[in-house]
Amino acid sequence: MTSVTPTVQPEVHPVGAHRAEVDRIRDDFPGLHQQVAGHPLVYLDSAATALKPRQVLDAERRFAELRTAAVHRGAHTLAATATEEFEGARATVAAFIGAAPDEVVWTSNATEAINLVAYGFSNASTGDRLDGTDAFRLGPGDEIVVTELEHHANLIPWQELARRTGAALRHLPVTEDGELRMDLAPDVIGSRTRILAFSHISNVLGSVAPVAELVRQARAVGAVTVLDACQSVPHRPVDVHALGVDFAVFSGHKMLGPTGIGVLYGRRELLRELPPFLTGGSMISTVTMERAEYLPPPHRFEAGTQKVSQAIALAAAVDYLREVGMDRIGQWQGMLGQRLAAGLVGIRGVRLLGPAPGTERAGLASFEVDGVHAHDVGQFLDDRGIAVRVGHHCAQPLHRRLGLTASTRASTYLYTTAEEVDLVLESVADVRPFFLGTPR
Amino acid sequence: MTAAELGALYQQLILDHARERHGEGLQPTGSVQSRQVNPLCGDEVTVQLTVDPATGNIASLHWEGRGCAISTASASLLADLVHELPADELTTRIGHFRDVMRSRGTLEPDEDLLADAVALQGVARYVARVKCAMLPWVACEDALRMLAAPSAPEPV
Repeated sequence: MTSVTPTVQPEVHPVGAHRAEVDRIRDDFPGLHQQVAGHPLVYLDSAATALKPRQVLDAERRFAELRTAAVHRGAHTLAATATEEFEGARATVAAFIGAAPDEVVWTSNATEAINLVAYGFSNASTGDRLDGTDAFRLGPGDEIVVTELEHHANLIPWQELARRTGAALRHLPVTEDGELRMDLAPDVIGSRTRILAFSHISNVLGSVAPVAELVRQARAVGAVTVLDACQSVPHRPVDVHALGVDFAVFSGHKMLGPTGIGVLYGRRELLRELPPFLTGGSMISTVTMERAEYLPPPHRFEAGTQKVSQAIALAAAVDYLREVGMDRIGQWQGMLGQRLAAGLVGIRGVRLLGPAPGTERAGLASFEVDGVHAHDVGQFLDDRGIAVRVGHHCAQPLHRRLGLTASTRASTYLYTTAEEVDLVLESVADVRPFFLGTPR
Repeated sequence: MTAAELGALYQQLILDHARERHGEGLQPTGSVQSRQVNPLCGDEVTVQLTVDPATGNIASLHWEGRGCAISTASASLLADLVHELPADELTTRIGHFRDVMRSRGTLEPDEDLLADAVALQGVARYVARVKCAMLPWVACEDALRMLAAPSAPEPV
């Protein structure tokens, strides 16, 4: 592979040095090579869902064609192979995030992973305590803390958990520019805090949370940390042990994998004490007509037939990302994010949300076009084959705080070229002239 | 979609109505009103109808809301349409508009029924945008239902 020399300086851009490798990567993605609205597709919606490389699709099909068998049951050869591949996929994904295999639980998506933790607390609070521990018992007087910029997936499950248990839900506010009010953290995170749930990277702003500092404050008060890593694990190296979080969640489809699979990471000691969420077959050891004994983690949390081919495809996605190198993917996307941010602030009537150019941001940027609704912006860009996300991006409270109901988001991935970023910037500059008749 | 098709969706009349909006701003004298939200995008519109006490017809439609060019132009064009129409006639026209919007472009709008609102016909080919165009019309329909209800209409 050609060497990559990305830079955070948007005006210095090593397109030549990098272009050959990105082109090679792009050849692996059949989805990139299609026309939309009579134009070559410019896919800038990877933060919503990533395109899939042939290697991932092949892995899933190969398993479905030749290896299909029930896992963790059956004595025949195929059943044994399927089990081996399924657990091998778990080990691959675990190693990718610096975790042990028994700390990785398969879920349907990140939302289910957060609900798994929330319902573990909930079940513990209504009397289902494993080994007599009170670690997950919540009640009146306890507090759950989130931040104001959370995706609804990391908000509603905690609202509901608070409602069921009588605990209070508090939040760390953001400024009107979307910056976390870390100055208020010591007031919000205190002795009553039992859970601190927050996003590693904001899906709207692209800003990066001060994970170490938040973990330090949570630990100081004995609170459990839950990290929404949906926008970080796909795009940069993440080591959950090094971050020191207790739980972390992410989804497969945002990291070149299939839909229908997500991951919950849980620190071993905590998973061991967490009551199950879904119950049934596959998660038990001994069953009588009256009661059941549960398996140890991770299988305690995997009731019923599992997402086997999806897990294997997700492991193939991880292999693909590792081969390119997460460090380089992170650098490349950081550069594309800066290019987007710098370009957007230079367009008349456009308001960039989140960190200013030059400040750390992921490979995405959301913006508001003054006087033009985000849906109209999205429609206009679609007319040029450019796919972006419009709306509230499942973060209504954040948009309200920013004084908006909707915004437009362009998000990149390892297959995004600098030219594609420039194309969306060019097109955004044409939006107000088209709708409002203003000069460019 | 080609540039010509983008122009078919955002006809000049639509862009004009999105900028120079007719009927925007609720009145203290309104008879009934209905607020509708598009859960897909969070856009909302409140449509207010005022009944002419002499004729019983709809004297005027006012509205307030946040939305895209399609939904605001749609509210503005609807405001132009209602003047002095009997309620049941307006209900019929809303029904025709809905049929056109749901037709995926196969049903030609009747200009006698919809007047300038025929400019919205291009929306019918964009399934994701039909709700935007429909929002004020659904609110109007709901307000008309309140007028027809035997119980007292919701006070404004």
